Amino acid sequence: MLRDKRSEYLTALILVGPFVVIYGVLFVWPTIQMALLSFTKAPLIGPGEWVGWDNYVKILSHKLFHSAFWNTAYFVLLTVIPNTLVSLAIALAVNRLKGWQQGFVLACFFLPYILPVSVVFLTWNWIIDVQYGLVQYVVRLFNGGQPLSLTRTIPLFMPSVAFVTIWWTLGFNVLLFIAGLRSISPEIYEAASLDSAGRWRQFTRITWPLIWPVTALVLTIQLIAQLKIFDQVYLFSIGGRQDATIVLVQYVYKLAFQQNKGGEAATAAMLLFGMIIILSVLQYQLLRARGQK
Amino acid sequence: MSAEALPRVAEATERGNRDRAIDIGGLILTLITFAAALAAFFPIYWAIITSVKPDSEVISGSNSLWPGRFSFDSYIHIWNNTNIAIWYVNSMVTSLIITALVIVSSAGCAYALSQLDFPGRRVIYVLILACFMVPMQALIVNHFVLMAQFKLLNTWAGIILPQLIVPVVIIVYKQFFDSVPKEFREAAQMDSAGHFKILFRIYLPMNWGVTAALAIITFIGAWNSFLWPFLAATGEATMTVPVGITQVKDAYGIVYGKLMASAVVAGLPVAIVYLVFQRRVTQAIMLSAGVKG
Repeated sequence: MLRDKRSEYLTALILVGPFVVIYGVLFVWPTIQMALLSFTKAPLIGPGEWVGWDNYVKILSHKLFHSAFWNTAYFVLLTVIPNTLVSLAIALAVNRLKGWQQGFVLACFFLPYILPVSVVFLTWNWIIDVQYGLVQYVVRLFNGGQPLSLTRTIPLFMPSVAFVTIWWTLGFNVLLFIAGLRSISPEIYEAASLDSAGRWRQFTRITWPLIWPVTALVLTIQLIAQLKIFDQVYLFSIGGRQDATIVLVQYVYKLAFQQNKGGEAATAAMLLFGMIIILSVLQYQLLRARGQK
Repeated sequence: MSAEALPRVAEATERGNRDRAIDIGGLILTLITFAAALAAFFPIYWAIITSVKPDSEVISGSNSLWPGRFSFDSYIHIWNNTNIAIWYVNSMVTSLIITALVIVSSAGCAYALSQLDFPGRRVIYVLILACFMVPMQALIVNHFVLMAQFKLLNTWAGIILPQLIVPVVIIVYKQFFDSVPKEFREAAQMDSAGHFKILFRIYLPMNWGVTAALAIITFIGAWNSFLWPFLAATGEATMTVPVGITQVKDAYGIVYGKLMASAVVAGLPVAIVYLVFQRRVTQAIMLSAGVKG
């Protein structure tokens, strides 16, 4: 019996060992390091000096941090709600179709989601290119015959990135909604149509209430994901006025890799980390409330 | 026909008419859905078609939907004048190694967490859950410092290591291993099979589909990742494809035909994986979303 226990521990050690090493070195240790680094005045690589909360005071009053925060919040707002509504509409439409039609339509909407971000944004850079871009035909109609750079015109920058991001990530939300729609039993709809409830009534009385938990999930997953954006904004703003459209991860990147301020970069990262933790806890509460119902 | 049957017939006819009316509505809805799907697919089509147009046609602004003449010059150009072949090898090697390591270490770890009793089990599970909350984007600074200390920047190992943190794979595996009836394991243990044998002969084969799904999304994720390879590989010789293609320029500045050719080449592997394993990909996405919920 004792030998059994010992061999079980040994097996566990062998199976869990690699995991513990990987996560210890690449997750736990960097997280602790980040927390410590955020209290020091240090270059990216090299020794630093302990400065307590100084970095936090400095970053929180830093104008660029405020820009980064509001730009990120603006981006989240521009993407999350439209993305959710559009993907719900698409999911409802796809769910009506059958056989090859469903497969084809779903593939069209989903294909962008699995492409690398740089492929997506290079493609769109070409489509909206100020000289030769396809979109400029439409732009000229509304802009007195003049082309318009959507990525260098600051007020249009975030909406453009948001639009492309929605196009790119729609497929994921559509899938979640379809999973949700499929879990509604057909009998409910049959009963409803016997009571001669119309489509709209069926949607508002049956589909919407039953799909609401999925909607909450879709909303919070996106909220957390979009807080972490960097790639899209970076890829769209190459050559643009980066500071005007800076987002949080880009701010961390700038401090660390362009200004060599390791300590301050860690502080900014900690602040981002804090925001995401708060949102994750909220999400957990929300979904747990759903589970209890 | 009895007197009371008449109203029923009238009602049935009326419902028949309404069904036909809905059918027309349904047809319109289907057409709209198809139009939207094609519109969503269009940017991908446009990238592909641009890549096979001769340069003169790309910059003439003709915007025709079909090339006047098919030309593979852009592909030949990027093959001859960029390091795309090397980037490809970098991407393939790193993505395949990441996938293999993540799957093997996660399957073992999940089996231990699910079936073995050992000290520290709860702590490890909580660690994995915590890992969800910490955004990897917040750890870039420390991963960079760590990799610099190990002298792993601009190496395959440096690109691979931080990407081994994919907690979702362990959690999905654990859920599936938990649901395997205990009798299987006990019967095997009666035949004095060890845990490794049980894992490789029973638990993994029983969940072969799950492994396939998880491996596919891990591969797609690794192939597509941008931020970390972008930081870890600054030399052209160590870049991955998604990072490398953002460097494609020539003496005349941005050349879209060539950029689109490189974008097509970069997106091809994941597009093929998706088109071949469509059902597995969507299954994997739903599984991972289930964990996030």
